[in-house]
Amino acid sequence: MPISLSPMMMRQIIMDHYENPQYKHAPEGDLSRYEQVHMDSANCIDDIIVYVLVKDNRVIDACFDGVACTISTSSTDIMCGLMIGKTFDEAKYIVEQYNNMIHEKEYDANVLDEAIVFMNTSKQAARIHCATIGWDALDEILEHHHHEEK
Amino acid sequence: MIDPYRIRKDFPMFENHIKMQGHDLVFLDNASTTFKPFAVIKAEEEYLTRFTSNTHRGDYDLCFANDSKVAEARHVVGHFINALDKEIVFTSGTTMSINFIALGYAAKYLTKDDEILLTLAEHASNILPWYKVSEMTGCKINFIPLTKEGRLTAENLKKVISNKTKIVAVAQVTNVLGFVNDIKEIAKVAHEYGALLACDGAQSVPHMKVDVKDLDVDFLSFSGHKLCGPTGIGVLYGKYELLEKMDPVLSGGGNNVKFETDVSVKYLPAPAKLEAGTLNIQGIYGLVAAIKYLEEIGMENIEDLEKNNRKYAISLLKHIPDLVIYNEDAESGIITFNMKGVFAQDLATYLNSKGIACRSGQHCAKLLHHFTGELATVRMSMYFYTTKEDIDALANALKNGGNFLDAYFA
Repeated sequence: MPISLSPMMMRQIIMDHYENPQYKHAPEGDLSRYEQVHMDSANCIDDIIVYVLVKDNRVIDACFDGVACTISTSSTDIMCGLMIGKTFDEAKYIVEQYNNMIHEKEYDANVLDEAIVFMNTSKQAARIHCATIGWDALDEILEHHHHEEK
Repeated sequence: MIDPYRIRKDFPMFENHIKMQGHDLVFLDNASTTFKPFAVIKAEEEYLTRFTSNTHRGDYDLCFANDSKVAEARHVVGHFINALDKEIVFTSGTTMSINFIALGYAAKYLTKDDEILLTLAEHASNILPWYKVSEMTGCKINFIPLTKEGRLTAENLKKVISNKTKIVAVAQVTNVLGFVNDIKEIAKVAHEYGALLACDGAQSVPHMKVDVKDLDVDFLSFSGHKLCGPTGIGVLYGKYELLEKMDPVLSGGGNNVKFETDVSVKYLPAPAKLEAGTLNIQGIYGLVAAIKYLEEIGMENIEDLEKNNRKYAISLLKHIPDLVIYNEDAESGIITFNMKGVFAQDLATYLNSKGIACRSGQHCAKLLHHFTGELATVRMSMYFYTTKEDIDALANALKNGGNFLDAYFA
């Protein structure tokens, strides 16, 4: 993904993932196969569950459901698309780069794909939570597995 | 009519030309808190620099001066709402005041056969303490239906009230829809059924003349910081015989005469009984200055200016395409809206990028969506220092439809 993405294109990407999210649904089939983390917020109405199916240290499937604003819906939707098929190590690296970007640190843009549309979130500090709520849920699941492995 | 431009000179937040996102700050979040005039800051500074000491039982002059100051404060607050000095309890704010009524009175006297009546428009602070009472006593919580518009009326109260109703707990001005409820009529109906009226005055006391004797409310709660005073100081008014009947929720220093090893305690009479622990003395200095400041301007003048501002704001906002206003006919300085197709928080973020402070979400009234059908709204709220330019800035920003994600790409 080129860094020179225009504001108009970034806006379009955010709106597309908000209006037509690909991964905003409960998992199909047996729900118990999925790890799930419920995230809500005292500051806004975000109230989502992130579902992740893991096997052999790999993210097989990821989706989410609930009530969420534009920024949290599209950032979580983009995240799900990015994570499917990734190993835990790859996934953790991507989460780390995304958080670095959000908090204005050095980051590796090559692995973030469309997620770089949230690069300016820090300018609206009140929305950092929206842009990271789904990512934090995933991170919790990855952490959980990391500890189990140990 | 008072001049908000002149009034602004009394406030450092205006005099310091505070900027937000590179713009002059347009502060339209006064229902959440308000700016402090120099007079309040000076009063607090006076305590910190010239009068620092605790109250109660210090046998020295400074302490005596603060005892006198607290007594004066009770008188100033009492005069402000037409109550007796001894009917004024200092708390940390509205939330603590309502919790004191719920836990210190209702939890003591209500049983499982009793009922508390609320509305869907109440703030969390006027719902959750009563839920706790229900959990402790088994009493029922029921909701007075709102009119189609979202108002609480005495007629609707009559439809649901019964002899089982022991407490009616409602706001005088609701914090999202901003309607001014006819508390006098509502109190009358409550009393006809033997119920007490606990009034949440957080959004009314700062904006209009409130007379507890005229309204005949049994309890009134309000906060200092919403009326130009400091945070962390608030008031519980209660009719004295009710304060006497209440248990202290907090016990300890300053609220008792003596206690013995057999677990017996003799509390001080109200209000001291309900004020355990060191008071927020600095806050009390500030609160007194804030109330004197408001009284000097005149509560009627404040109300008039806000009504004028509201009319002007509505006249601009109602012509903005796709803007949905939820409380066009309300009387207070609170206007709640959404832009069609734009998520409330995105709209508020966009306004932030233009230097305009509004609030989005549920505004702590987390049951109201059952009524409005909207999970989140944007709320602008004015005070007597709000100018036409503030309102123009909001209206101009809202007219700029279709670019609500601009905030991310500025």
